[in-house]
Amino acid sequence: MNISRRNLLKISTAAAALVSLPTTVFSQITIDELVIAYNVNLPSWDPTVGPSAVNPTIQGIYQSVFDLFIAQNPDLSFKPGLITDWGWNDDNSKIHMTVREGVVWHDGSPFTAEDVVWSLERAGNPETGNPIQFIWGKIGNYSIDGNKITADVLQFEPTIFKWMSFLTGYILPKAYYEQVGAEGFEAAPIGTGPYKVDKFERNAYVRLKANPDYWGEKPDFETVTIKFVTDASSRVAEIASGNSHVTLEMPYEEYDRLKEKSGLAGIAKPISDIGMIFLNDIEVMKDPNVRMAAAHAINKQLIIDRLLSGYGVAIDTLQTPDYTAYDSSITVPYDPEKSKALLAASGYSLDNPVKFKIQSTRGFKPKDYEMVQAIVGLWRKVGIEAEIEVYEIAKHYELRAADQLAPAAFYNWGNAIGDPTTSTGFSMFGPSPHSVWDGQDLIDKILPLWGEADESKRIAGWKEVDRFVAQEALVIPLLQYVQPVLHVAGVKVTPHASGALLPQLMYRA
Amino acid sequence: MSLFPTIFLRLLTTLITLFGVAVIIFVIIRVVPGNPIAMMLPPGATDADIQRLQALYGFDKSILEQFLIWISDVVRGDFGTSISLRQPVLNLVLERLPATLELSIIALILAVAIGLTLAITGTRLRGSRFESLIDMTNGIALSLPDFLWALLLILLFGVLWPLFHISGRISPALDLPFTSQFYLFESLLRLRLDLSLDLLSHMFMPALAMAIPLAAIIGQLLKQSLKETMHLDYVTLSRTKGYSENHVIIREALPNAILPTLTLIGVQFTFLIGGTVIIERLFSYEGLGNMAIDAVINRDLPLIQGIVILFALIFTLVNLIVDMSYALLNPRLRHA
Repeated sequence: MNISRRNLLKISTAAAALVSLPTTVFSQITIDELVIAYNVNLPSWDPTVGPSAVNPTIQGIYQSVFDLFIAQNPDLSFKPGLITDWGWNDDNSKIHMTVREGVVWHDGSPFTAEDVVWSLERAGNPETGNPIQFIWGKIGNYSIDGNKITADVLQFEPTIFKWMSFLTGYILPKAYYEQVGAEGFEAAPIGTGPYKVDKFERNAYVRLKANPDYWGEKPDFETVTIKFVTDASSRVAEIASGNSHVTLEMPYEEYDRLKEKSGLAGIAKPISDIGMIFLNDIEVMKDPNVRMAAAHAINKQLIIDRLLSGYGVAIDTLQTPDYTAYDSSITVPYDPEKSKALLAASGYSLDNPVKFKIQSTRGFKPKDYEMVQAIVGLWRKVGIEAEIEVYEIAKHYELRAADQLAPAAFYNWGNAIGDPTTSTGFSMFGPSPHSVWDGQDLIDKILPLWGEADESKRIAGWKEVDRFVAQEALVIPLLQYVQPVLHVAGVKVTPHASGALLPQLMYRA
Repeated sequence: MSLFPTIFLRLLTTLITLFGVAVIIFVIIRVVPGNPIAMMLPPGATDADIQRLQALYGFDKSILEQFLIWISDVVRGDFGTSISLRQPVLNLVLERLPATLELSIIALILAVAIGLTLAITGTRLRGSRFESLIDMTNGIALSLPDFLWALLLILLFGVLWPLFHISGRISPALDLPFTSQFYLFESLLRLRLDLSLDLLSHMFMPALAMAIPLAAIIGQLLKQSLKETMHLDYVTLSRTKGYSENHVIIREALPNAILPTLTLIGVQFTFLIGGTVIIERLFSYEGLGNMAIDAVINRDLPLIQGIVILFALIFTLVNLIVDMSYALLNPRLRHA
């Protein structure tokens, strides 16, 4: 084959034309149908049963279609939802709820107090497989009077109304569900939420249409397609190419790069998800000097700045600044000299380091393994030699439930209602399957708080527990995660501190 | 000896193979760390809650008991219910299989087309610097794994020049008149070319990413076969008859040279289906591979079992068909 000058010119012109092909011009986009590249799949449409019911990331999709008993503001505070008023009687033996009137299901049938009671009874029935049954089973014997519901408190649970904004706290349609059954509901789910399910292709997308009869603020976008794009690089490509208008959870470097691109914008806000190191009371972790030395040797801000491009909030307790029991006076400062002194008191030094294993996932959370590597590096400087074991998240759950985690184990913990029971409580209370710290002194401090009816006393009690946990270094809180969201300039996204990306909180800019 | 006993014997060994796969996968996924119950435990779960969930999903029994229950259900056509998707496993895998088969077939067609072109062009230009260029192209295609090709294609034709869709199987806005899950084939049969084009636009990049390494293998093998065939007497004879070089290669040499390549294609097709796992994930393509990854992440044991059995069935059936084809085509093998 001969390449003549003429051919070469032709090829060059063609190549130049190809390069100058119209790449996406974001500023010219008029959005008729909002497309969101979501980071998880939606396995099941029943938000009250099975593993997806307790998957925090999926809740954003559920909340587009279904309403929670009690609604939640983007700052995690609570507001009237389908339940407009709620509370206890004087001796906390009964609860009462008022049901919103004039609401209809997506099929046009009226929403009633019967639906609320049926949903609560179903949630509290162990045979339905609701993973939060242990909470819903604490109330029963419901009675309905018009739009007022009362129920007996079978076991006092101070957070019961908070759970009504949390995992599995959704109201499902009694008559429709009983008519179509579980399979029929999976095929054609209906709720009272701002969007109706128009089309659903498993593992591919869900197409939503705005609910014209929605009782709350009408969504700005009539049609929303949520694509399930589980691979981060593919999500970046989706937004960079203009195939999607909004996406979330990408590497922070990519976020910083793309948000500067013309026509694209980004918003990164802290969410109710923290990174922490579980300490198991085995081997050297029984020594408080070792635990405290490990805690003081970590420069959290440095890790956030260097590894997470500054996206993160350093924390010293399991409460973030948005949580009810946050106490800024509890601190565990970075102090490597103190760490050395503590270790020396237990006979350890740089030449004779204390040794233990730390477990970590790799890629489950942004830079999880890299953070652990950095921590191990900081520990080495004070006389701690930690060996990293990488494991899958499924193994972490299994080991934690069996109380067989290594002396140290990196994990993340979500708490979308911001209550201390669902952070410090379940992660540090020895008998909980999620706690690996079994010290009786801590159990004794936590035990009375489960049933404390006085809210201010309860929160003060949890703050004291957090102080004790920090002083004794029973766990090492690291950071509050920041969720990066990229969107085209034509869309305004309101982030929700729970981490749920909600299409009803997206507006035309 | 007739063909019937041979087929019967192969079917019998296929069944034994499938049973072996069933035993191995059943035991392995229960022995490896990570169980589905631990993944769905709520924060305040008690021991009683754990026991209740284990009983609900049948994990409270011994592995042998669980296996016997499962295998007896499988024999009756019941592969159980997915833990995460809460649907019958058989329905789920059969629903997804067509998407994966269509993608694999398109990838195979692309691989064969590219491989043939490379081999024939390489043979035609043998001895020139372009042959080296083709060999180098083959080398590059082979040395990069399919997922890297996928990322490169996404960058080129998804982001830089957005010519093809990056994710999914079909545009959500389109109304689908399909009665089967074979969207592409059905759209072609219904002459809905708008849908066919949309489907192909979604499938092109994942199929090409899967096809490139296979095309390189086909190209290399076929080029080598062609090179050897080109030295045979009958090829020399046809050349002396005055036929053009193109005619000699395509009409005379190719029919003989292509036989080993056809064998390779048969074997590689099964690997191609296996290769869909990562590619479907990258392109968010709603096939069996994508579902397999979710099943593993969620430790959805019944679904993992169903998918593995289906993959094993496809592998053994393809091999069986290839072997039977040989036997039919070559009587010497039949009587061996």
